[in-house]
Amino acid sequence: MSKILIRGAKVLGGEPQDVLIDGETIAEVGVGLSAEGAQVIEADGQILLPGLVDLHTHLREPGREDSETVLTGTRAAASGGFTAVFAMANTFPVADTAGVVEQVWRLGKESGYCDVQPIGAVTVGLEGKKLAELGAMHESAAGVRVFSDDGKCVDDAVIMRRALEYVKAFDGVVAQHAQEPRLTEGAQMNEGIVSAELGLGGWPAVAEESIIARDVLLAEHVGSRVHICHLSTAGSVEIVRWAKSRGIDVTAEVTPHHLLLTDELVRSYNPVYKVNPPLRTEADVMALREALADGTIDIVATDHAPHPHEDKDCEWGAAAMGMVGLETALSVVQHTMVDTGLLDWEAVADRMSVRPAAIGRLEGHGRPIAAGEPANLTLLDSAYRGVVDPAGFASRSRNTPYEGRELPGRVTHTFLRGRATVVDGNLA
Amino acid sequence: MKRHLISAADLTRDDAVLILDTAEEMARVADRPIKKLPTLRGRTVVNLFFEDSTRTRISFEAAAKRLSADVINFSAKGSSVSKGESLKDTALTLEAMGADAVVIRHGDSGAPHRLATSGWIGGSVVNAGDGTHEHPTQALLDAFTMRRHLAGAADGGPTHHQGPGDGTGRDLEGRRITIVGDILHSRVARSNVHLLTSLGAQVTLVAPPTLVPIGVERWPCEVSYDLDAVLPKSDAVMMLRVQRERMNAAFFPTEREYARRYGLNGDRMARMPEHAIVMHPGPMNRGMEITAEVADSVRCTAVEQVANGVSIRMAVLYLLLGGAVLDSENAPASASTARNEENK
Repeated sequence: MSKILIRGAKVLGGEPQDVLIDGETIAEVGVGLSAEGAQVIEADGQILLPGLVDLHTHLREPGREDSETVLTGTRAAASGGFTAVFAMANTFPVADTAGVVEQVWRLGKESGYCDVQPIGAVTVGLEGKKLAELGAMHESAAGVRVFSDDGKCVDDAVIMRRALEYVKAFDGVVAQHAQEPRLTEGAQMNEGIVSAELGLGGWPAVAEESIIARDVLLAEHVGSRVHICHLSTAGSVEIVRWAKSRGIDVTAEVTPHHLLLTDELVRSYNPVYKVNPPLRTEADVMALREALADGTIDIVATDHAPHPHEDKDCEWGAAAMGMVGLETALSVVQHTMVDTGLLDWEAVADRMSVRPAAIGRLEGHGRPIAAGEPANLTLLDSAYRGVVDPAGFASRSRNTPYEGRELPGRVTHTFLRGRATVVDGNLA
Repeated sequence: MKRHLISAADLTRDDAVLILDTAEEMARVADRPIKKLPTLRGRTVVNLFFEDSTRTRISFEAAAKRLSADVINFSAKGSSVSKGESLKDTALTLEAMGADAVVIRHGDSGAPHRLATSGWIGGSVVNAGDGTHEHPTQALLDAFTMRRHLAGAADGGPTHHQGPGDGTGRDLEGRRITIVGDILHSRVARSNVHLLTSLGAQVTLVAPPTLVPIGVERWPCEVSYDLDAVLPKSDAVMMLRVQRERMNAAFFPTEREYARRYGLNGDRMARMPEHAIVMHPGPMNRGMEITAEVADSVRCTAVEQVANGVSIRMAVLYLLLGGAVLDSENAPASASTARNEENK
């Protein structure tokens, strides 16, 4: 593999430097590096970040290839600046056996656009009743360390306790989709002022918060770590903050859309805003931003949830829940966190690369931009301003809530172990 | 101004008064030997019902037929296609058949809004009840009924119906309206809160706390858990149907307890002011929210509401389709136009 010189990039938003890639690794970082024998990319003050890592992606394959495949999903990921994604287990069949996680893992290898680390289901068929063969999935070629029934909550306290305990044997973690099922029967949107007016079934914040409260206490009791998916309420933030102050080994994620959008948008009854957990209030959005800034929330994860057009081109009640997010995540984070002064670029690298890789125990990602490290890199033109046009998405699905919205920032280059997957904003 | 009737919240005070006044004109048609106007001849009104509701459907059907429109009844319930596909595809079908207005009843809140804004059809959309969201023509017919009984009572004098046209041009300023029952699941309550408030009335909702939505504090009304305290201060008391199944979801313990605490019986009715009326959108659960004694009393307007429903729906279809617009500022003299056409 040839050499690539990225010239004049603001590494983690700092002073412009040159970064020389040789083969799969970073050979040198410094000022005025020689371009001899290297292909030169003029970064011209763009931001250089470690390749982004998404701990929460729905790639839909196997089973729902009409909405996304591993190939199209990883192309979308690369477009958004990601070099690794964790693929959620709610496929058809469910990724609850070594066979299914190995299939997803192998499809990821074949795609070549980013690393795909499968997540295994906690319980058989996501039914919450019987533990899946967690050890077998860990020992498979996929090497699963993150387990989640995402889409459904592990609501049985005993099953959750056992799962938390069991995965300690191989340094695993359970990622909980916190949604008390009885409190959310028929739930369609955040329960509050807007749901009362619209007559849509309410999804109370307490349905999320009560599960998080229970699970951090369970994690404390059994001495396990626990990860909370997509925090969406101010109350959830308070519980996680309290748990961390007690020394409980809890980590938490927030999605880009929960950092920006509120339930006021549901007034349009446009199902593009239908998502699980639901869009909350302005006060929740502000609490989530603050928590991401102060580290209470560890990471940003996209919860990229592709759906075919017909599953959104219908009435609210019949529509599927979820939004695509891989290709807009970094722009939304820049808009909500960087341009507002809440995070600098080094912190963005921490929340979107370093820590997600650490929580998932993923090697070779979320590393420093330094000589000898794997060349997983993302180059961002943060000065760019553009209107989101889903027609240009690499994802097979178009269910973005940002269509027509102006967002800052554009990923110009993505490198996966030294190989460009995105060049000048286009997939290589 | 408006091509659709989706939500009572979209109606200004003047819009609402125009509809009520037009309905008074329409009501006179019902008093004639030939109950028909040629106004909507050649226009097609589709009743698109995804939920069973014979009462509402035949009310719209009667209204459209009295205006000489062609009426197509489309019952989509039990369709094997998934709901989403069926709404869009059904809408495209109706559009191809040239529907001028689609009257839609749907179990999902917001379905009429989607139908009106999705670009699937070009005609007018009338919401005939969507999920637990709104039922604007019900609220209009309720307001119409209230105005006939109450609008003349500004001095506290006699209020019962003095004949057609009573209250024309007036609103419900200062009238105290109490709505009792399952507010949480009621599209009738939501529409009434919006409409009655626009018409100047003071609305009080009464229900067990389990059946009041979280977020109600932002509604322009009062909330009480004590029916007996509110009754003496009510000019109209509207009893909502309470489904017996609700007790299985622990909204209240038993039917008996609900009826004791929130049902309207003869003793409670006696505590209402003499001029006050009892309303019910139907169908009634006798013995649950209302006793037979109250339901059959002269103060109960339930049957009158049904008759008024036809007049209101005629007015709505007329104003949406008859060339007039629901805009009081530049609306043609709608009611008199209706009469003139009939005289041709």
